[in-house]
Amino acid sequence: MSQGFDFSIAIGGAAGQGIATPGNILARMFVRRGLHLNAYNAYQSIIRGGHILLTMRVREQEALSHGDHIHLLLCLNQDTMTRHLRHLGPGAYAVYNADNITPGEHQDGVHLCGMPVTELTGDAKNKLAQNTAALGVIAHVLGLDFEVLESALTLQFQRKGEAVVSSNVAVARAGYEYSSANFTPLANPLPQNPDPLAVWTGNDALAMGGAAAGVKFYCAYPMSPSTGVLHWMAKNARELGIMVRQVEDEIGVANMAVGAAHTGARTMCATSGGGFALMTEAIGSAAMMEIPVVFINVMRAGPSTGVPTKTEQGDLWQALGASQGDFERIVVAPQDAHDAFGTIAEVFNLIDRYQCPAIVLSDLLISEGTFSVPPDDIDMSPPIERGKLIRESNGDAGPYNRYLDTADGISPRAVPGVPGHVHVVATDEHDEEGILISDEFTNPIKRRQMVEKRARKLDDYFTRVAAPEVEGDEDAEVTLVGWGSTAGVIAEAMEQLQADGVKVNRLAVKWILPFHAEAVTEALSGARKTLIIENNHSGQFHRYLRSETGITADGHIRKYDGEPFMPHHIADGVRAHLAGDVSGGVFVPDQEILV
Amino acid sequence: MTIELREKPLTAKDFKGKVDPDWCPGCGDFALLRATQMSVAELGLSPHQIVCVSGIGCSSNFPGYFNSYGMHTLHGRALAVATGVKMANQTLTVLVTGGDGDGYGIGGNHFTHTARRNVDLTYLVMNNQIYGLTTGQVSPSSSLGMKTKSTPFGNIERPVNPITSAIMNGATYVGRGFSGNIKQLVRLIKGAIEHPGFAVIDVFSPCVTFNRDNTYDFFRQRVAPLEDEGHDPSDWKSACERAMEWDDRIYTGLFYQDQAVQSLHAREPILDGGAPPVSHVPEAITREQRDRIVRRMM
Repeated sequence: MSQGFDFSIAIGGAAGQGIATPGNILARMFVRRGLHLNAYNAYQSIIRGGHILLTMRVREQEALSHGDHIHLLLCLNQDTMTRHLRHLGPGAYAVYNADNITPGEHQDGVHLCGMPVTELTGDAKNKLAQNTAALGVIAHVLGLDFEVLESALTLQFQRKGEAVVSSNVAVARAGYEYSSANFTPLANPLPQNPDPLAVWTGNDALAMGGAAAGVKFYCAYPMSPSTGVLHWMAKNARELGIMVRQVEDEIGVANMAVGAAHTGARTMCATSGGGFALMTEAIGSAAMMEIPVVFINVMRAGPSTGVPTKTEQGDLWQALGASQGDFERIVVAPQDAHDAFGTIAEVFNLIDRYQCPAIVLSDLLISEGTFSVPPDDIDMSPPIERGKLIRESNGDAGPYNRYLDTADGISPRAVPGVPGHVHVVATDEHDEEGILISDEFTNPIKRRQMVEKRARKLDDYFTRVAAPEVEGDEDAEVTLVGWGSTAGVIAEAMEQLQADGVKVNRLAVKWILPFHAEAVTEALSGARKTLIIENNHSGQFHRYLRSETGITADGHIRKYDGEPFMPHHIADGVRAHLAGDVSGGVFVPDQEILV
Repeated sequence: MTIELREKPLTAKDFKGKVDPDWCPGCGDFALLRATQMSVAELGLSPHQIVCVSGIGCSSNFPGYFNSYGMHTLHGRALAVATGVKMANQTLTVLVTGGDGDGYGIGGNHFTHTARRNVDLTYLVMNNQIYGLTTGQVSPSSSLGMKTKSTPFGNIERPVNPITSAIMNGATYVGRGFSGNIKQLVRLIKGAIEHPGFAVIDVFSPCVTFNRDNTYDFFRQRVAPLEDEGHDPSDWKSACERAMEWDDRIYTGLFYQDQAVQSLHAREPILDGGAPPVSHVPEAITREQRDRIVRRMM
């Protein structure tokens, strides 16, 4: 179904072989030409060694996933060739250093592009020369003028000085010329769209969403795959006036965030599941003291240390159950990097209004993926609504009750330093004045009043947050339901199915708690066959959907091998379900690309 | 504008909280509460300028009994929360109150790192060497051999030394007080609030209900004010030596002070040049800032 240019380049090698640099150079070249990019880096928790495969899909249209195919494989070592040559179909390219890598069995029509790197560069010692020479080959194969690559190399290396630039350009040119003399370029060269695009990772997008929303305090403990948010914040802290702190552990992070937010600063922190586990007590404290804080959990494969560099949607129930007690919170699972960017500003306005914590569930696929984005879509001036916040003296000399039992349950929130509003916030249950009721006389009337006051705050939530809607074919024979980061890959799977004549639609759920139970029930009431797609083993979202709506799905497509869905995994699952060929109701696709 | 009538100076009474303490009659914590109220009044502070942050435990009920902004947070987490408060609004005077279990046990990690960072906080630890609110179990500062409900055959773990720990971890104002000497407590607390860095005061605050070993009498017989000993608080080795003494003579007073080390917020580049607190700056970023960020992405 895909129209126009749609090409995936995979760069494979061991950690430490310098995969990131050619990846960055290519990414910049693509987005400057206005082409869309969706890149997924499959890696391991190792600094040197192992096997890394960076898949970069470049497309004339928006790329909602990293796709199904590899059209050009750049092998930086023999291992990459051995593992992945068999994935190349007719017309695909394998680019490699012929000095030390030998191709094996391959399909007919694969272009084997071996480079005599030592001969080309005259330097047997420079281990990175093969990477640069390969960029020359790739530029030629893609039908680019050498000058395009030359300017990209200049930009990449200019900070290292003229000598580094010119030696890299010379090596790349040798690769380019060798390729011109020996290899066949693509029949349809890399196109050019009129408007250049920008490039970001999902973690950049989360951090930038925070910056746009006015986050002025960010704290974290490093944890993959959330650390990119900390890096962005630290790098931009001085320019944007954001207080960024690295804390001793995630317990400290979450509590420090609560303290900072109490002063009136918009405050955010990010971690992954293990760190999130440590944060949970403080999340409940934010709810009890009615202090708005955004907690981001970038999910990775668990349980426990799990697979730190692999993706999973396994922390839904952890988020739903984070912290003891019965309290109000918002849980939201953005669908892609751009959505994550916009969601942060939206969620800050909600929690400032409702004075409660929010949990944002990202995952490795979104957070560590690299994506193109139209620069004009990066609106860093979203509306900022602080709710009933009192930050300056208003002449009111009191009495002031922090937890005033108002009609909407939302009490005016004064921050420390404001005269006339002195009060204590407490994690113990308290009355309207903030006085503890937990110790001497546990007043059941006041306890009920406070529980109901806090609960009432979210009464108008559904008027402010859009319910998910069914998209796709009317009268579909199958409805695909997903949540969070699977939205894009489900959309592409639908395109494949529709090209085969299957009538299909989808429901992509983003706002998890409070749950749009009525709207979702209504949306799914007409579905002929409902399949739920999740990146976990036990069907966490299915169980949640059933608990909120009573809906039981007709079947499932689940993946829990650490790698994200590719579009054909889902399309294959749908076909198998429609053919009645799924035993036990759960289709689990095979992960063909082993990394 | 709220009218802050400063013609009539505030007194200790003005810092009395909305409710009376529910501590046991005779509890050592009363003395620290009184001394803190006297100290802030003598320093001319107003209730709205102060945030008192506590964790959980008998002594952590302190903010409810003290008239200032207060945060009664989670067990062991007061220092982390207080660091967030101080770094987000450095204009506030931040007091942290709690007990030995809260600070040296469950909150030990934060104690280490808050000291290392030299966050400008005044940390008042009401050390009764027992878990009182849970009705009498061993604490990190309980003496070797002490019998409690969780150590019926005697404590086999050596106690933490809060003074040497604080000094070694980088606290820049380290003192010890005793509930039986309010005058000395006021001196210590005023010095701590005025000190621009992390100030720790470990206060012997006897638990009259669950600790029969470390009573008022126990301390009265042993305490020796450092003021009378000609101790030089800039001498950390002497401070540590004196802090190690316990059996017959237990020193109180200011063990150590280093005014040369900058506090965390003084070192923070984004607060350079008297910048306003991040809690009160406009949220929105400028178009120019946005454009610079987006240009770097292209």
